This record gives sequence, C-alpha cells and structure tokens, in this order.
Amino acid sequence: MNVSLKRESLEAMRTFDLATTPLRDLNSALHTIAPGTNDTNFEVVNPRGSHSVAVGIDQPVTVEVRGSVGYYCAGMNDGGTVTVHGSAGPGVAENMMSGTVVIEGDASQYAGATGRGGLLVIKGNAASRCGISMKGIDIVVRGNIGHMSAFMGQSGHLVVLGNAGDALGDSLYEAKLFVRGEVKSLGADCIQKEMKPKHLRLLAELLDKAGVTDVKPEEFKRYGSARTLYNFNIDNADAY
Amino acid sequence: MSYHNPYTPPRKSATFDDYTLAEIRRAAATGIYDIRGAGTKRKVPHFDDLLFLGASISRYPLEGYREKCDTSVVLGARHAKKPIVLKTPITIAGMSFGALSGNAKEALGRGATIAGTSTTTGDGGMTDEERGHSQTLVYQYLPSRYGMNPKDLRRADAIEIVVGQGAKPGGGGMLLGQKISDRVANMRNLPKGIDQRSACRHPDWTGPDDLEIKILELREITDWEKPIYVKVGGARPYYDTALAVKAGADVVVLDGMQGGTAATQDVFIENVGMPTLACIRPAVQALQDLGMHRKVQLIISGGIRSGADVAKALALGADAVAIGTAALVAIGDNDPHWEEEYQKLGTTAGAYDDWHEGKDPAGITTQDPELAKRLDPVAAGRRLANYLKVMTLEAQTIARACGKNHLHNLEPEDLVALTIEASAMAQVPLAGTSWIPGKGGF
Repeated sequence: MNVSLKRESLEAMRTFDLATTPLRDLNSALHTIAPGTNDTNFEVVNPRGSHSVAVGIDQPVTVEVRGSVGYYCAGMNDGGTVTVHGSAGPGVAENMMSGTVVIEGDASQYAGATGRGGLLVIKGNAASRCGISMKGIDIVVRGNIGHMSAFMGQSGHLVVLGNAGDALGDSLYEAKLFVRGEVKSLGADCIQKEMKPKHLRLLAELLDKAGVTDVKPEEFKRYGSARTLYNFNIDNADAY
Repeated sequence: MSYHNPYTPPRKSATFDDYTLAEIRRAAATGIYDIRGAGTKRKVPHFDDLLFLGASISRYPLEGYREKCDTSVVLGARHAKKPIVLKTPITIAGMSFGALSGNAKEALGRGATIAGTSTTTGDGGMTDEERGHSQTLVYQYLPSRYGMNPKDLRRADAIEIVVGQGAKPGGGGMLLGQKISDRVANMRNLPKGIDQRSACRHPDWTGPDDLEIKILELREITDWEKPIYVKVGGARPYYDTALAVKAGADVVVLDGMQGGTAATQDVFIENVGMPTLACIRPAVQALQDLGMHRKVQLIISGGIRSGADVAKALALGADAVAIGTAALVAIGDNDPHWEEEYQKLGTTAGAYDDWHEGKDPAGITTQDPELAKRLDPVAAGRRLANYLKVMTLEAQTIARACGKNHLHNLEPEDLVALTIEASAMAQVPLAGTSWIPGKGGF
C-alpha cells in the first residue's frame, strides 16, 4: 500500500495513488474511520478513470480526487464531501444519502441517479438521464443536461443553468426542475409551472448552496408534474 | 319416411372458450387489461412430467432413517468473505413489504429462520421487523430503488440484483394506490395513494459490462463481505446465466414463468417467459461450459411446491430453490377458511389473485391494518417452518432412494420424462426409452 501523509494547513491528508494502490485500500480506509478522529481528509491521485472511487462513504470525510473517474464515483455517499478535479463517468453520486459531491468537469449519464439527499454540483455538462428517479437529492448543473433527465423523479431539485435535452421530466412525480436555458422538449406529464416567490427563494438557496453567484433565480423557468398520470386511466394510454 | 336430424349437443369453440369469451367482454366493458397477482395459470410442462428412477441392481439406496442425506448448501463463496450457509436448499423468494403486510413479512422471516434458510426483501426496502425476525436476509437491489439505502445494504446478509422475474421478464411492477399506506409511501419517497410504478430496468446501468461495474461498486460499498446474487426471469437462461457469471455474480437466481408477482398484466404473465422446466438445463449448461457449476450457485424458482419438485430441480443441476407462492399458501393465502369472503370478492379459495387490490381476506397481500391483524405472524411462521421441513424431508426421501447422501448428488441420470415436451426441456430420456428429443437415442 502506497499511502503517504502530508500536512495541508493543520490537518493531515491521506493520499492514495491509484496508479500504485488498489481501489480496495482507498474504499476500505474510507469505511474504517475511527469515531472522533481528525483523520478525515483524503486525496486520490491518478484515478485514471477508475470505477467506484470513494463509494459507500458513511462519515463526514473530505475527498479530493485529482483527475477523472469512471462509473459510480461517490456512489451512495452519506455525509462525505467529494470533489472531482476532472470529469466523472456514469452514475456519479448515485443514490447519495447526504453530503456534497462536486464535479469540476463534465458528468456522464445517470448523474445523481436515485439520490435521496445531499448536493451534487456539476460545473460542466451532464449527459442523459441526469437525476433519473431522483428521490430527494439536489442537483445543480452549470452547463447543459441530456435527454430524459429527471425521468420518474420523485422528489428533490434539479437546477440547470444551461439547456435541457429531449423529454425533460418524463413521468415526473414530485421532483422540482428549474432550467435557465432552452428545454428541447418536455416528457410525459411534465409541464412548465408558475415561478412563485417561494420558488424564487428556494432556487436562490439552491444556487447559494452550490456556490453559483453569477445568475439570478428570475432567469429560470420552473417545471413539475401535471399529476395526470398518478393513477392509471385508460384514456391516458396515449401519453405513455 | 320423414328424416329428422339426430340431436347434436351445442358445441363451444376450443379457441373461443368460456374464459376467452368472458375476457373479451370484460375488456370491452372496462377498457383496461386485467391486472392480477401470482404466476402463470396455464398448464405448462413442469416437474410433474418427470419421475425419479430410484435404486436398482446397478445402484443401491440409502436407509431412510439411518443413513445421512445432507441438505446443506453454501451460497456465494466465489467472491464473498461471508458466504451464506443454509440448512436446507429451499429459500424464500423476494416479496415486498407493500405487496405483503408487515405481519406476512414477519411470518416469512420467522418460518425461514426456524427452518434454517433465508428470506428475501422486495421492492420497497427492508423493514426493521423483517430484519429482526430473519436470521439470514437477502436484500433485493431493484430497478426502482424504492427504500434502497447503504445502511440496509450493509445489514443484509446477501444482495440480490434483480434484473427480472419469471412472471414478467422485461416488465416492471405496479403497486396500485389503494395499497399505498403512509408507511409504504414514506419508504418509497412518494405521495400516498398514487400508483407506484417500479421501473423495468435499472436507472444507472444497462447491459452486462455495466453490470460488472455495478457489482464491483456494491462489493466495494459492502467491503466484499456479501454474496451478490443476480436474479433473472426465464427468458434466455443460457446467455443470462453466462453473462451474470461474467459480470461477477456469486449466485444466479433463475425464475420461470410459474413464479408469482404481486401485480402485473395477465397478458404479460401468461405470454412472456419460459416454464421453469425449460430454464434449468440451459443455465446449468452455461455454468458447466464456463467451469463454474457448483462454484457459482444456481437458485431455481417458479412453481416449486413439494420436496419432489426440489429434488427434481436439484437433480437437473440447481444448487437451491426459492419458493414464493407456496410460502404464501403455507402461511394462509387462499385458505378455504375464508371462503365466504372470497365469494364476496367474486372469487373462490384457490383462485384469488387480485393481490394488488389490498382486500386479501387472509391478511397477507394487504396494507389494511384490520385485515393484516388476521394473520398471526408467530403461528404463520410456524406453518411455514413445518412446510419447509416437510419439503426437505421429502427431497431427502427421494435422494436416499436414489442412493444419494447429499441432495446435490442427485443428477439427471436419476430422472426420466413422461412427455416428449418434458423430455426435450429437461433433457432426460422419455420413460422407457433412451430418447431425448434433439439429442439422438431411440
């Protein structure tokens, strides 16, 4: 195992070089944090597209990933703060429970899938199915998002500073969507809704949490469920 | 002499039989397809079409009450640090809290635990009662991810990635609004009373290459402790098994079309997927071709009812079986005790399958607290344990008669088929011949 300790400010940071250290060592270390320890800062170098980097975090640790990652980075994160100084492959922060995940670059498909809590910030673009089946997570994307995003989104918020692709919010439940740019098309049962003062306040909070200061809530449109497909009705069959 | 036509009785069409006619009228009246629970009701080639040969001059039997016939099974030793060890190879299949009442889930856990086997969660997540009453609990990882969280993943004993199920390979699920109580709604992060669709495919992976990466993620999150099962419906058993093994599964669960569901379209249940009997040999062949038979375990489900069915599934190469419908019957589903109430619902004991409506007189497929109270989880658990023990004894009886000191020593050579169809599917000879259709012989 090639783990070096170095001082950054006053806190120790454990560095895992994935070019020479197995992924297992990294995730194992993240899962065996002693209660009350200060040893909670991690750095990952040479991730080189590795899958499952920093998955299953269940403590308030901080992980800085220097480079791009493969599938499921920060999957099921519960309380950690993970920053990827690069781009992320499919399923970043999938099923996040709590905590914060920041992607400095782009994210591939299924970003934040089924997430239940916490904040996912993607500073570049996100591909298709961003926020699919989201269940409480907040997702803020500075760039554009691909098609079928927020598909079957149950709850939580998806904020997009750029444009959204086809079929946004298809079969949406109670997730709330805010898009600043153009929406190529809306999915089944997803409609534009009035932006009320409470929504502007909510959006301002989300932007503030994500550290976005260069746009205003008033520049966004709000989308949500028309709730016409909540109980099956044969006369709605053409909508599916 | 005048000629009179002799009387001929009215003749009904075999194609348009009474049930078909009634179904056409029902569709015309309601404008919606029929939704129901359970598995296929049509007759398909099944274990009934196979017989054991027993011992003879060329092989000797074991003494029924004296000589040991082991029934234990280890599941998941391929990669998991903590494989599952069961006393009997008969497990309880995944059924959700939501589809079933809390008492029913508790009864399944109690019964399985007494019998020394595992039970399985379902869509909707794990309840504390279920975890508490189940010594060995398999946690289903489903497309909907309702109720999914890493804490439950870690407190499970194994993880079952559900790709499909036998009643509806390629289909998702639907829990209708009338069964969505406050607790069910809360566990699934959805408003009360709306229809909850369970997705038909996973939200964050597609295909076998992705599945391999998903399995890696689940192993990393659970520190490589838990066996990882992959469950598929009976569609393409050879390739599905091979791909699951390639993706890194410890255990493959293969569910034929007799396997039940909480609710889906009748047209789906009756017309999609293959009979259990047709699924086993291709799956075993895939394991053998990969050199993984007995290293990756195969669990067969869909229409297992007796120790004979268990023995036949194992003789064809399975390592274990799972029961769902039979377990529900053991705890009280469709019991004639409630006949009067079944009649009020327009059905009869033995035919009740409107499990999605939540009105189950037996208190099993319901979230109505008054109905659910009818099921005593302790007594029902005891009935399930009894049933599991009887099935195990029955399977042992057959295995001993075939001279086998472990259920896993049963083999296809112990079997013959009663029909050409069963012979072709099970790849054992038609009784009295050495002929297996497609395999030569005479």
